[in-house]
Amino acid sequence: MAVGLTLIFGVMRVVNFAHGDMMVWGMYLAYLLSRRAGLDPYASFVVCAAALFVFGLGVQRGLVQRIVDAPHEMQILLMLGVALVLENTALLAFGPEPERVRSALSSATLWLGPLFVDVGRLVTFGVAVLLTLALSLFLFRTDLGRTIRAAADNTYGALVIGTDVRRVYAVAFGIGAACVGAAGALVSPILPFQPATGLSLSVTSFNIVIIGGMGSLLGAFIGGLLVSVAESLGAVFLAPSLKELVSFSLLILILLFRPAGLFGRRAA
Amino acid sequence: MRWAALAALLVLLALPAVLSSYALSVCILMLFYAYLGQAWNIVGGYAGQLSVGHAAFVGVGGYTAAMLSLQTGLTPWIGMLAGGALAALLGVVIGYLGFRFGLRGFYFVLLTVAFAEVCRIAASNIDAVGGAVGLYITFTGDPRQFQFRDARAYYYIALALMLLATGVAWAIERRRFGVYLAAIREDEGAAEALGVDTLRYKLLAMVVSSFLTGLGGTFYAFYLFSLQPNAVFGIPMSVEIVIRPIVGGSGTLLGPILGSFILTPLSEVSRIYFGQSGLYGAHLVAYGLLLIGVVLFLPEGASPHLARALGGRRGRA
Repeated sequence: MAVGLTLIFGVMRVVNFAHGDMMVWGMYLAYLLSRRAGLDPYASFVVCAAALFVFGLGVQRGLVQRIVDAPHEMQILLMLGVALVLENTALLAFGPEPERVRSALSSATLWLGPLFVDVGRLVTFGVAVLLTLALSLFLFRTDLGRTIRAAADNTYGALVIGTDVRRVYAVAFGIGAACVGAAGALVSPILPFQPATGLSLSVTSFNIVIIGGMGSLLGAFIGGLLVSVAESLGAVFLAPSLKELVSFSLLILILLFRPAGLFGRRAA
Repeated sequence: MRWAALAALLVLLALPAVLSSYALSVCILMLFYAYLGQAWNIVGGYAGQLSVGHAAFVGVGGYTAAMLSLQTGLTPWIGMLAGGALAALLGVVIGYLGFRFGLRGFYFVLLTVAFAEVCRIAASNIDAVGGAVGLYITFTGDPRQFQFRDARAYYYIALALMLLATGVAWAIERRRFGVYLAAIREDEGAAEALGVDTLRYKLLAMVVSSFLTGLGGTFYAFYLFSLQPNAVFGIPMSVEIVIRPIVGGSGTLLGPILGSFILTPLSEVSRIYFGQSGLYGAHLVAYGLLLIGVVLFLPEGASPHLARALGGRRGRA
């Protein structure tokens, strides 16, 4: 899921507070699809990604685009507003109880040599790796991908050489949202979720992205591994209710000492 | 303008005599949130340092005064100063870390949110301060314990608090301090280049703001007789504080008051209306939409428009 955030942030320099809440919506979509249509989340993540892509495109076109030149504070407030709307409509629609999507795969287990592995987790991990690869291929090998990176690097320059920057922004935002949606659907069998999960997901993904370095895909991936290891260690050594404390403290430390991340260049 | 303010003050002073007890409770919240908004405005509006973690100061102030009163019997009238001082201390820590390490914009927002959340989780996990259940204050009706049988007392205290914060903001605005803060908000680099000690003034703004917010926490605790970590430290509380000055016009003297006078009655009515239909969270959806709307269409808030409208009418008269 951090891949989604790096893409949005890297390209737009628009910070997305609504990230975790969009992911929660991805989870609820997967939940609805499995409940109503009997679709397994490992198949429906494509649908969720598509839905979130359209949503992201819409938010970008309708809202963010209007204030892209406004001060940074305005964009933060805007996304805070979107996050509030998303989280609480989820609360209205689905209620506060935690939900979990059932999948045939998540109950199956597998012996990998001496290791005992959940098939569900394995598939989630595999698809995440594939998505990251596909995304970097897209960004580095296709024309549209190159334009996105160009617009991120130097908006004015991209404009000068005739790029439709607005369209590029919209597509990038949509792709970012789609990644989040896919990620949401993929973890929905593993992670119980409720509307309030959005915030802690946002924090986790900020952690990941900031550690990995803004705008670097590889960084986001490695950051993801690091943060989840730190959080699970925290959960082992401390009370489970203190697990969140670890991620927030981590966030504070990262913000103070490594704002550009382990792999990112020093931010201006 | 001066006459209008005086008239408004007289109306506010006379209001409790004619209000029903429910309308009075809405008005108390209205004044109280105007107060918190004004306190936020000093650092968030004038200095432009967007803090979305002011709930931390409400919580620290409230918990301090409540704990002192419960454990040692110390009157909250003194306890609130202690609470304010501790909140200010936390403000210094957050501010110093944030400003010293040069966190701006989004990073600063994240830092304040993270601190408030750390406080919330800490408070819900420390049994000495009531854990997740929180603290309850038994009602004695003793004015020395900041408790009053007559809700009108709370009204006048909230009014006094709001006037205090507005007075502080007014004093800041008129002094060199206020000009420095505006300079920092508009262009921090330029302000620094001109020799403004930006770190010092941002910290000072943070101290004043967090101290006042901490005082507000005490009022909150002893008006509602309870403190729950999720309610006082949670993000919704920070949003409640932030949204009013922004809707009213942040960095203006009247903004927070105007914002609260518009939003609080709306939110109370919608809370009851939606709550009855079992639609919890609906008023937060409305807040989110409102925030989006203000950012898109009214970025400077409502108060400049009101000032223009008032000015226009005066010009015609």
